[in-house]
Parts: sequence; structure tokens; C-alpha cells
Amino acid sequence: MSWFEKIVPSRIKTRKKQRSKSVPEGVWMKCPECKSQLYRAEIEKNLFVCNKCDHHMRISARDRLNQFLDPESQSELFPNIISVDPLNFEDTKKYKDRLTHSKEVSGESDALLVMEGTLNSIQVVACAFEFKFLGGSMGSVVGEKFVRAVDRSIQNRAPLICFSSSGGARMQEAILSLMQLAKTTSALVDLAAEKIPFISILTDPTTGGVSASLAMLGDIIIAEPGALIGFAGPRVIKQTVGQKLPSGFQSSQFLMEKGALDMIVDRREMRDTITELILILTHSKTKEKH
Amino acid sequence: MDFLDFEQPIIELEKRIEKLKLTAADSESSVDLDHEIDNLIRKYETLTKEIFSNLSEWQIAQLARHPERPKALDVIQAIVPDFKELHGDRMYADDAAIVSGLGTIENLSLMFIAQEKGQDTKSRIFRNYGMPKPEGYRKAQRLMKLAEKFSMPIVTIIDTPGAYPGIGAEERGQSGAIASNLFTLASLRTPIINLVIGEGGSGGALAIGMGDSLLMLQYSIYSVISPEACSSILWRNPKEVEAAADAMGISAKRLSKFDIIDRVIPEPLGGFHRDPELMYKDIASAVVDEVQLLKNLALDDLIDRRRKKFRAIGEFQEI
Repeated sequence: MSWFEKIVPSRIKTRKKQRSKSVPEGVWMKCPECKSQLYRAEIEKNLFVCNKCDHHMRISARDRLNQFLDPESQSELFPNIISVDPLNFEDTKKYKDRLTHSKEVSGESDALLVMEGTLNSIQVVACAFEFKFLGGSMGSVVGEKFVRAVDRSIQNRAPLICFSSSGGARMQEAILSLMQLAKTTSALVDLAAEKIPFISILTDPTTGGVSASLAMLGDIIIAEPGALIGFAGPRVIKQTVGQKLPSGFQSSQFLMEKGALDMIVDRREMRDTITELILILTHSKTKEKH
Repeated sequence: MDFLDFEQPIIELEKRIEKLKLTAADSESSVDLDHEIDNLIRKYETLTKEIFSNLSEWQIAQLARHPERPKALDVIQAIVPDFKELHGDRMYADDAAIVSGLGTIENLSLMFIAQEKGQDTKSRIFRNYGMPKPEGYRKAQRLMKLAEKFSMPIVTIIDTPGAYPGIGAEERGQSGAIASNLFTLASLRTPIINLVIGEGGSGGALAIGMGDSLLMLQYSIYSVISPEACSSILWRNPKEVEAAADAMGISAKRLSKFDIIDRVIPEPLGGFHRDPELMYKDIASAVVDEVQLLKNLALDDLIDRRRKKFRAIGEFQEI
């Protein structure tokens, strides 16, 4: 508080505070990367990519699918599958309480959101991990929803698209969560047998059990720029090897250089790039031109 | 000999028995000593049974990692006399954390893929403590496909703290290597038997641990994360290992409740390392039983059964 504010009568101070409060929250936002002050509405229109440094900010699963699928085409699938705490797990907090808290924070019922809809008029099934829901961790619900998304893809002969952002398996479901790697992979075997495209997009961050299963099994694997992608997290690796990690280690660009990705695609180009890929993969390019 | 805290009273009794036996052999009039020795042996058995019937999940984890516990190569050497090791991923390297090759048990041709932790300091370093790198998983996958080609059942032996979290391992695509193995295992047209003999550490174990029959030795563990890491992350305190192990449930006994394990193979009194020969015999016969069982299924049925098994795993609610 400046000396001037200290001497202003309290009534005026109150009014000033009220005024600042009446401004809707978050009109301005800061880029976590370049720290520029950004006008929120403009950034929203820019799909939460910083218009100063092109940093791809983390976005919610719902924003992700809303901006990815054609407007008005989306319908959410399997929203009623919820976690049951099979182990009655409790650490410093109860798993049940963590679930309740995550629901409040993220507005989602679990860490995977599934929708069907169209992408530039192509029928697709799309899913996205919600990182704010227990770190996008994969437990029984995520596994089941993913498998049903695969089944829906097969049923409708619609390509499957998955945006990953996850810390890995959900510890609170112990062995059941580890086995979701096997479960989701098993479903992808069926999808592959039907020769329906599976496009996997790795977003910040994709590590652990999710990267070691479905995320790395795309027919085409795409990453957003600047995403952290790996099996082990950087902290664990640093601890294990006891040396400094090379700069850019485990970034999208790093994985691209090492041959782990098909391409890095800017969020603003994602819809059109994936549309093209699907059209070509499914021999539908000429049909589209009419 | 290395032993665990809770084994100490057992080891002490054992030492006393040995001492008495030596004294008895030296002395002329051993009648009283024989009686004494019998008493001690009975006491030893009662005590061991008592201690082992009340093991916590963390104590079982320690047994699973016991330095004296036989490792994968010991098992292979004991039950596969004609084992022929096959090396290398044909791309980059031969990962010593994975030992694989051909051999027979009771004239059944089998492919073995195992994680080897090493038995002493030198071999532990050579084996990278049983933590495979991508080249290890790729070697495993190459041999899975070879087994399929020649209609050979696969026996995988699991004993790893996890996939190696190193710089090179990440550079060469650890995640992709594991994911690709899971895909292969899910679709492979040959029976797959997975045997956990020690530590089943997360995705690094699952990458050779997915199949038709999951067998676990009584004091082996299988978990999504080590009790140490779980304690550090969820309790923000590395010392809550007892609580973390107990909360997750990592022993064969606790895991049996989830329809994931097909068979638990009981261990000798005091654990595998107290009577390896007996354990080897039981492992061999359990493996043969499972191979016979799976070989009786038509391949399409086998794949369908595997698919249904993994699809059914998980507990959730639909509202």
C-alpha cells in the first residue's frame, strides 16, 4: 500500500476495491512462458496459444474437444461412469475426498472426457485427458471409457482421436490401474484389426503409464509444441542418473529428433492437419472435394 | 548370509540348531542332545510359521527383494536344463537385464523371457539391477514373435524394480517400447504364461507380464508403483512405506481378490530362499500344468479369452 492510499479516507478505498472486484476475473492473463500480459478473450480465440511466444498453454479436456470438433456437432459419451474406490484407499487424504475435490476443481466426473461429433464434417470419436483431475491419471474409469470409445469407433467406423495429458496410472487404484495399460491396449488391438485410424496427440504433459500404453500406440503420433513427454518424469531420472539433464530433454522437439513422433503440430493447425491425415488414410480425399 | 529384521529370531534358532548338531557329532553320548535338537527344530518350525503367517505387505516386499532369494537365471538353470540363450534386439544392443532363449521342460518346447537382477554386486551392475532399457523390451518382442512363428508357448519370468529411468532409455523410446510390447502380447497367437518370482515393478514388469495365465510365487509382489515412490508422492514422506504397501496391496494374497492372478504358488516354509530345490520343482510343475491347459485351447479361443480377461479388469460404477 502506498503512502497516498494510506491517507485516503476509508470510504473511498472501499469504493476503489469494489470497483476492482466488479471487473470480471481473468480479463487479463499472463503467459506462463514469456510472462507477457495477454488479453484473455484474444488468447481464447487463439486457442490458448500465447500470441507473443506461441507457448501452448494447458487447457481443459472440455475446451480441447470443444475447439477441436465442429461446433454443434458434439455429444458427450459415457459421462455416467464414475470411480468407486475399490481399495478404500487412504494416504494423507482419502481417495474418495480426492475424487470429490477433483470433480469440483475440474468440473469433470473423471480424468477422461469422450465425445463423438464431426471434424470438418468427418464423423469421429474424440477423447481428451483432464489433467486437473488427479493429474489426468488412468484408473478403472479412464480405462473403461477409453475402451468404450474404441468400441464406438468400431461401431460407427469412425476414426479415434485421443489427446493425452497425464502423469500416468492412478496409484490409488493400485494394480487395477496398472492393468488399465493392458486393457486399453487390448482394445486398440481390436481397432487395428478393423483398420480404423487411431490418431494420438501428446500434449503437455504425457508421462508414465499413459505414455507407455495408448498414447504411444497411435497409427500417427502427433505432439503439440513444447510438451513434456516421457516414460519417467525428469525428477526421477535426475535422481537415478545423478547428473544434469540435457536442455530440452523430453520435450516434443527432443522426441521428434529421436524418432518417437510423426510430427509436431501447432494447436491452431490441429483440426486441419488431422482432417487431411484421415482423408488420405481412408482414401476419401477426392470425395471431400465435391 | 543376508537376512531381514523379521528373520533374525529364525536365523538365531537355526544357528543354535547347527551348533548343537556339531556338538552332538563330536560328543560320545548324544542321546540328550538329539532330544534337544528335535525340540529346537519344532520350535523353529512353529516360530517360522508364526512369523510368516503375520507378514505385512511391506515385509513381503522385502522378501520379494531378498538378496538371498533365487533370481530368474537360477530358476531357468534349475528347471530348463537345455536352455539356449538368445541375445540382442537386432537394432541397438543386447540388454543384460533381460535374459531370453529357448528350452524345454518335460519335452515341451518353450520360449523364456526373463528379467534378471543379478546375484552379487558385480552381476547386479551388469544386469542393471533388473531394470530393462528399450533394447531389452525390443529383444523380448523379437523373441515373442519368434515363439509365435514356431507355435511355442512363452514363459515370462518377472523380477524387476521397473523399466530403467535413464537418459538413454528415454532417448531410445522407453514408453514406445513398452507400449509396443503390450500391443504384441495382446495379439500374439501363442499361449503366454507370466510368472512373478520376485518384484513386479509397474509398466516395466507388465511389458513382459501380460498374457493368458498370471502365476505369482506366494511372497512375490506386483504393483503399479514401488511402496517407496508411492510413500514419497502420496504421503510426501519417504518413510511411510509400510502404510503405502498396505494401502495398495501388493502381495499375491491381496492381489488374488481382483481376479487378476490365475494361480499363487506356495513357497517353502520361510520363503523361496530357505528351500530353493523344492520351489524349483513346484514352479516347473505349475508351468507345465498351465502350458498343457492353454495348449488345449484353439488359438482363436485363446486370444478371445485373453481379450475378455483384460477387458473385464477394473471397478467402477454407472449412475
